[in-house]
Amino acid sequence: MKILVCISHVPDTTSKINFVNEDTAFDTNGVQFIINPNDEFGLTRAIWMQQKQQAEVTVVTVGDINCEPTLRKCLAIGANKAFRIDMQPTDGFQVAQEIAALCKKESYDLIIAGRESIDYNGAMVPGMIAGLLNYNFVTNCTALEVEGNHATASREIDGGIENVSCELPMVIGAQKGLVEEKDLIIPNMRGIMQARQKPLEVIPATDSVAKSSISKFEKPAPKGAVKLIDADNIDLLIDLLHNEAKVI
Amino acid sequence: MAIVIYAESENGKFKKTAFELASYGRAIADQSGTPLLAVTINHDDTEELARYGVDKVIKVNDAAFEEFTAQSYAKVVSTIAKENNVNIVVLSSSANAKYIAPLVAVSLSAGYASNVVALPDSLAPLTLKRSCFTNKAFNTTSLVAGVNIIGLSNNSYGIKENPSSVMETADSSVSLSASSLKVENIDKVVGKVTIADADVVVSGGRGLKGPENWHLIEDLAETLGAATACSKPVSDMGWRPHSEHVGQTGKPVASNLYIAIGVSGAIQHLAGINSSKVKVVVNIDPEAPFFKAADYGIVGDAFEVVPKLIEKLRAFKSF
Repeated sequence: MKILVCISHVPDTTSKINFVNEDTAFDTNGVQFIINPNDEFGLTRAIWMQQKQQAEVTVVTVGDINCEPTLRKCLAIGANKAFRIDMQPTDGFQVAQEIAALCKKESYDLIIAGRESIDYNGAMVPGMIAGLLNYNFVTNCTALEVEGNHATASREIDGGIENVSCELPMVIGAQKGLVEEKDLIIPNMRGIMQARQKPLEVIPATDSVAKSSISKFEKPAPKGAVKLIDADNIDLLIDLLHNEAKVI
Repeated sequence: MAIVIYAESENGKFKKTAFELASYGRAIADQSGTPLLAVTINHDDTEELARYGVDKVIKVNDAAFEEFTAQSYAKVVSTIAKENNVNIVVLSSSANAKYIAPLVAVSLSAGYASNVVALPDSLAPLTLKRSCFTNKAFNTTSLVAGVNIIGLSNNSYGIKENPSSVMETADSSVSLSASSLKVENIDKVVGKVTIADADVVVSGGRGLKGPENWHLIEDLAETLGAATACSKPVSDMGWRPHSEHVGQTGKPVASNLYIAIGVSGAIQHLAGINSSKVKVVVNIDPEAPFFKAADYGIVGDAFEVVPKLIEKLRAFKSF
């Protein structure tokens, strides 16, 4: 089984978000970049399939050379090889077109991408890859088992879980639940050393075009101070929620 | 040119987001001078949509669509959009709508902006304000394709009545493409309000000390008709299912009222709930970061404050 895990290189969840160049670009100064958490849940699930089902795990990202440490980390976690598609994508459609083009060449059985990245939160790429390749697609995926050419998967829906089955090839939108936080693999020294020898191939981008562009960023307006209410004066809270905030 | 919304329903009733999409679609239709269409799937009485300004409902009623699958529902929306010369498709932020949106985008070769929080700044090009960095920021996105899709953040525009003078209805049919994907079963709690649909969400953190104390959260939620949620450590420790985890790697919350009990307010948690309109925190630690993000706060012991709050709310509700 050939698995492709799509990796987004994103600011750490604790990062302070600031913008530069007159609010047209994200300020990377002092920001630690990580594997997008939803992608990492998917990668870990893929590594389990590598260990138990002899799957071959390839990771890919669409981005410039600054993304390479994140790909090396994926190799240290256990991926067999990595591709970096060399471009600065403008939107999710472009990323999906680039990855779909790679998939047409390499024919993966299973493509895993995080259900959304924690920077742009687009939730576009896995579905668009599935749409472009006409593959089966399960997003918000919290469980996945593959046997031969057959997969069963669970999708988190509003208020419950939906269980589906389908044939490969398929695309998964990964999230927590596929593996748990405690299952995430912290690379050991051996993994890190091996990762240096594993192939990280840079491939040129195709002629994909974006369908959107971002012109500026802004931060939410600063919040007013909290109104503190005495613990013995719950009536006041209820009054404020009813008459001032008008939410109850 | 036309605008189409996909009006979602569940158990024969429109979801609240259907009315929000109709209200939002109406406003864009007025700006652009084009008709507002709504697609419904297996929904009989669509009259309610007239109240929010829909000009024409296109009903697809077919047993083949009884079960939701992304591929089939995406095909319905994209086929209707193509047949009606639609240039803007508006979808909600429900799990199902976010599931079909990228498939519709590919099928229509459309631009797609998710998490849109306001009416367009301009129609040509279609320029939209969206949340990003898990609600820690916004960006302005221009969609530059011939057909474009707006994914509206739930509860960001609100429901606005604006009755249409006449609402037409038409039946349409869409053929289903073959797929090996089969829905085996759905395990869904019945009669419980979900985080996605809730007006009020009550959330518990480590301050509750253990899963055995969750009746406090549940009772408070029941009093308010609220959904229950929790912080990341609580779900990581297995006190609560991770479907209740809200925050950056969990679910986003965009309720009218969010009440956090014993949640310290880590930056990732606050990001996930930032779209909620009014936030209340109860925490014993006055230094908890949540107090900086909240509108109303009580410094106090959850085990004393919550029972009193429930009692007072019950009295308030019974008036």
